[in-house]
Amino acid sequence: MSTGTATDAPQKRAPAPATATYRTIARVLGTGAPVYALLIVLLVALAATDPGFYEPDRFLAFVKRAAPLVILAAGQYLVIVCGEFDLSVGAIVTAGVVAAAEVYGTYPDAPWALMTAGLLLAGAAAGLLNGLITTVLRVPSFITTLGMMLILEGAVFYWTGGSPQGRLPEDFRRLGRDTALGWLPWAVLACVVAGVLVVLLMRSDFGRTLVATGDSERAARLAGVRVRRVRVLAFVLSGVAAALAAVLVGGFSGVSAQAGRGYEFEAITAVVLGGVALGGGRGSVVAAMAGAFSLQALFTFLNLQGVSGALESTVQGVIVIAAVGLGAADFSRLRRRAHPPGPPTAAPPAPATPSRTHREGHPHDPQP
Amino acid sequence: MTGTALAPRPAAAPAKSRTPLGRHRLADPAVGVWLAAAAVTALGWIVVDARGGDFLTLTNVVGILQNSVALGLVAVGQTAVILTGSLDLSVAYLISLGTLVAATTMEDGSVVTGVLAVLALSAAVGLANGLIVTGLKVNAFIATLGTAFILRGWIEDNYTGPAGKVPASFQHLGYDRMGPVPVSLFLLLAVTVALWVITRRTRFGHHLYATGGDEHAARLSGVRTRRTVIAAHVLCSLCVGAAALFLASRLGAGAPWAGTEARYDLESIAAVVLGGTVLAGGRGGVVGTLGGVLVLAVLDSVFNQLGVDPFFKNVVRGVVIIAAVALYARRGARRSA
Repeated sequence: MSTGTATDAPQKRAPAPATATYRTIARVLGTGAPVYALLIVLLVALAATDPGFYEPDRFLAFVKRAAPLVILAAGQYLVIVCGEFDLSVGAIVTAGVVAAAEVYGTYPDAPWALMTAGLLLAGAAAGLLNGLITTVLRVPSFITTLGMMLILEGAVFYWTGGSPQGRLPEDFRRLGRDTALGWLPWAVLACVVAGVLVVLLMRSDFGRTLVATGDSERAARLAGVRVRRVRVLAFVLSGVAAALAAVLVGGFSGVSAQAGRGYEFEAITAVVLGGVALGGGRGSVVAAMAGAFSLQALFTFLNLQGVSGALESTVQGVIVIAAVGLGAADFSRLRRRAHPPGPPTAAPPAPATPSRTHREGHPHDPQP
Repeated sequence: MTGTALAPRPAAAPAKSRTPLGRHRLADPAVGVWLAAAAVTALGWIVVDARGGDFLTLTNVVGILQNSVALGLVAVGQTAVILTGSLDLSVAYLISLGTLVAATTMEDGSVVTGVLAVLALSAAVGLANGLIVTGLKVNAFIATLGTAFILRGWIEDNYTGPAGKVPASFQHLGYDRMGPVPVSLFLLLAVTVALWVITRRTRFGHHLYATGGDEHAARLSGVRTRRTVIAAHVLCSLCVGAAALFLASRLGAGAPWAGTEARYDLESIAAVVLGGTVLAGGRGGVVGTLGGVLVLAVLDSVFNQLGVDPFFKNVVRGVVIIAAVALYARRGARRSA
C-alpha cells in the first residue's frame, strides 16, 4: 500500500550498479521518496518543539485539520496523473459551503444526509462539466477549470448578493466537528475512508488506465483505453472530493466567502510535493496524500515556531521550491552517475532509474 | 499583424489546411480575437444605446483603453513566458510589491531611482523564476507559485497597508492625456511594439517560439533553451514592473492589494489564451494578446454601463474564456497530443 500503481508496473531492470537494497527501497518509495523524508523530518521537528504533539487527542486534531487538504490532494492527484489540472476545487469548496448555508436558509429542516449527498452530487456535476469541456471541446484543462472557478465564484456571490449569510445547523456540521465513538473525529474517518478508496481505485483497472493515459495518451488510446471517459471520470472524482472537503470545511469553520480560497493551489502543491509529475503518468497517490500531510505539518510547525503569520508564506514558498527542486536534482544526479558519458544538460534521460523516466526530457511537454 | 502561421514552428503539428487559403487568415486566432473585440464593441454599442445609454462616447472609449493598460502590460509579458511553454503565477504579488517599492522609494528619492528600483526588483524576480525553472528543473507552475508565496510573505511582513507617496510629477503617467489619448496608452503600445519586434523579428524571438514548440528539438538544433526561458521570464517581469509603475502612479501610493485584488496572475493568463496563444507554448503572439485584453475590457465596460451585478460579470467572463478557447480548439489544427 505504500506505493501507488504508478511505480509498480513497468519497472524494468535498472542496469545501474546500484545495490539491491537501494533498488528495493527506491522501488517501494518510487518518486515519492523526498516527500516521505520531508514528512518524517517535519514530524520529528514537531515532536521536538512540542512534546505534547503526539498525545492522541492533539495528533488526531492535527489529522482532522489536515483532512480537507488530504482529500483534495487525493482528488487532484487523479486529475494530475492523467495529465490535466483542476483549478476549480477551491471554488467548489467555497460554493459548496455557501450553497449549503443558502439552502438551509430556505429549508431549515433539510436532513443532513440529504444535504451532504446533494453537495457530493453537485460536486460530481461540476467535475463532469469540467471533464466534458476538456475532453469533448478540447479546451486545455487549465483554462476550463479556471473558467469554472470564475463561474462558480461569480455565481455564488451573485446568488447571495455578495455576502454569504446564514448558518449551518449542528447536525450538518457534525461531520467536520464531532467525533465518532467519542474519540475518533469523523473528519479523520472520512479522510481514511477516502484514502483507502482512492488507493484501491488506483490499483484497479481504472487506476492503471488513468496512469497510462497521463503517461502517453496516444499509446493508451492505441491500447484500447477510452481516454476521454477515463479523464472525465477523474474530473468527476476530483469534484466529489472537493465537495466532501466542502462538507468538512463547512463543518469546522462555518460559512465564509473565503472558505475555499487558495485550496486549489495548496492541493496542487501537495500533489507535486508528493513527487507526482505535472503532466501525468508518474507518481503515487499515497505520496500525494503524504504531500498534503507535509504541507499541513509545515503550517503547524511554523505556527509553533512563532514565525510571524506574514513570513509563513515566504517559508512555505522556499520549502516548496526546495523540496521539488531537490527531488528533481537528486534523481538526475543518480541517473548521470549511471550513464557517465553525455552532456549534463542536454542528455535525454535514458530509462535507467527505477521510475518512469522517459518523459523527463520534456519538462514542458504537457502544458502546465 | 502577420499571421501566426509565419512563426517558426519546428515540431508543432503543421497547420492542417482544412480551410482554403483565403479563409486561413480568418482562422488565425490573432485576427479572430480582434474581430471578436470589434463584434463585442458593436454589440455593446447596440445594447447600451438601445437602453438609452451612450456607449461609443469619447470618454467611455478612453476609459476602456485606460482600463486595459495594466492588464495589457502584464498579459503582454506573460505572452513571452507562455510562448516558451512556461508560465508565471508570481505576477500579481510582483505588481503589489512593485507599487510599494516605487512609492516608498519615490517618497525619499527621485522618480528616476524609484523607476530603476522597480525595474531592478522585477528583473531580479524574473531571473529567479527563470533560474528555478531551468536550473532546479522545478515545474514552472510550482516554481512561480513558490516565488509568489515568497513575495507575499515579504509584502505582508513589511507593509501593513498602503505605503509611500508618489510625487505629482510621476502621476502624469497615470492621468495625463495627449489630446484625448491617455499617456499610459503609449506606454502599453511601446511595450507591445517592443515585444512584437523581439518575438517576431529577432533571433531570440525565434528561439522563444522554437523552445515552446518543442524544447527537445530546439535544444538539439542548437538553441540554448535554458537561456531563452530565463530571458523570457526576465522580460515578463520587466513588463510587470512597468505595470506596477503605472498602477503606482495611478493610485498615488503603493498598495499591498494592487496586484492581487484584480487577480492579475490568472487574468493575464486568461487574456493571453483568449488572444490565441497556446498554453503549451510555441504558437501565438502579443498582437492576439492585446486583442484578448481589449475583449475583456470592453465586456467590463458594457457590464458597467448596463449596471450588471459585478459578480455576474465573473460568470460571463468564465463562459467567454472557455467558449473562445473551445472555438480555437475546433478551428485550429489538431492539438498535438
